[in-house]
Amino acid sequence: MTIDWNHFTPWAALGGGVLLGLASALFMLINGRILGISGILGGLLGALSKSWFHKETSAFSDTGWRLSFLAGLAAAPWLLVWLAPASWIPQPRIETSTTVIVMAGLLVGLGTRYGSGCTSGHGVCGLSRLSPRSLAATISFMAGGFLTVYVVRHLF
Amino acid sequence: MHRITEFAVGLLFGCGLVLSGMTDPGKVIGFLDVAGLWDPSLALVMGGAVAVGMLGFGWARHRSTNWLGGDLRLPQTTQIDIRLLAGSALFGLGWGLAGFCPGPAWVSMASGNSQALIFVIAMVAGMGLFEILEHFKSPTKAQP
Repeated sequence: MTIDWNHFTPWAALGGGVLLGLASALFMLINGRILGISGILGGLLGALSKSWFHKETSAFSDTGWRLSFLAGLAAAPWLLVWLAPASWIPQPRIETSTTVIVMAGLLVGLGTRYGSGCTSGHGVCGLSRLSPRSLAATISFMAGGFLTVYVVRHLF
Repeated sequence: MHRITEFAVGLLFGCGLVLSGMTDPGKVIGFLDVAGLWDPSLALVMGGAVAVGMLGFGWARHRSTNWLGGDLRLPQTTQIDIRLLAGSALFGLGWGLAGFCPGPAWVSMASGNSQALIFVIAMVAGMGLFEILEHFKSPTKAQP
């Protein structure tokens, strides 16, 4: 294992992480909800599904807060472009083909719903709550991630 | 009031995602590439997040209402089952392939990245597929 000193950004990582934890704590303390993106987004689809399959439109009353949160999330990069120094905003490095991106998206969409959460819901909120269930989930998706990258980068 | 706070927290979280480097799939894959050139940044992101999160959730656990007077919706399920483990593994597989997970993909899409947009569309399709599969599993019962 060799450390990638060229890309390792300890202070930005720590600082950003603190903001993530703060937001997660505030979402529970202020709004009483788990800050889990797959759940928040998935719930929107759940509402659509309920109204479509079961003609239950009452689920739509549960969508306002989801849309507000997602709108705030979407606004973040714009706020930062306006307020933060350019050097603080990393340039994304994406080297995957469109086919792989589509496959990945499908897997993440399906997987996070069966797994009842993702890095924010299980990894941040779940671990912060000392939830054994979230620990199991986090270990599982981390293993999946490590294994996948190993296979893709070092086996083929 | 609620809508404003939800938006503000989303904004804060999004800023955390960008500043921590999580919206850069290269950084995520760099962390997952233990056998190659390893970027430990994500470990510090999680560490920082959970350290602060533990304080907040620890405090919330002793409360009966949230600050706006409403419910504290803490998950009640404790069972660790195949669904949880297999689903999470599947998610990890997708995450390792493109270096995107839901939050960062949403933020990147919003900042105009076309690959992130493609990812989000596929992710939503995956979530839709889940809904369809769940419906056919128990067609008469609406999922909670």
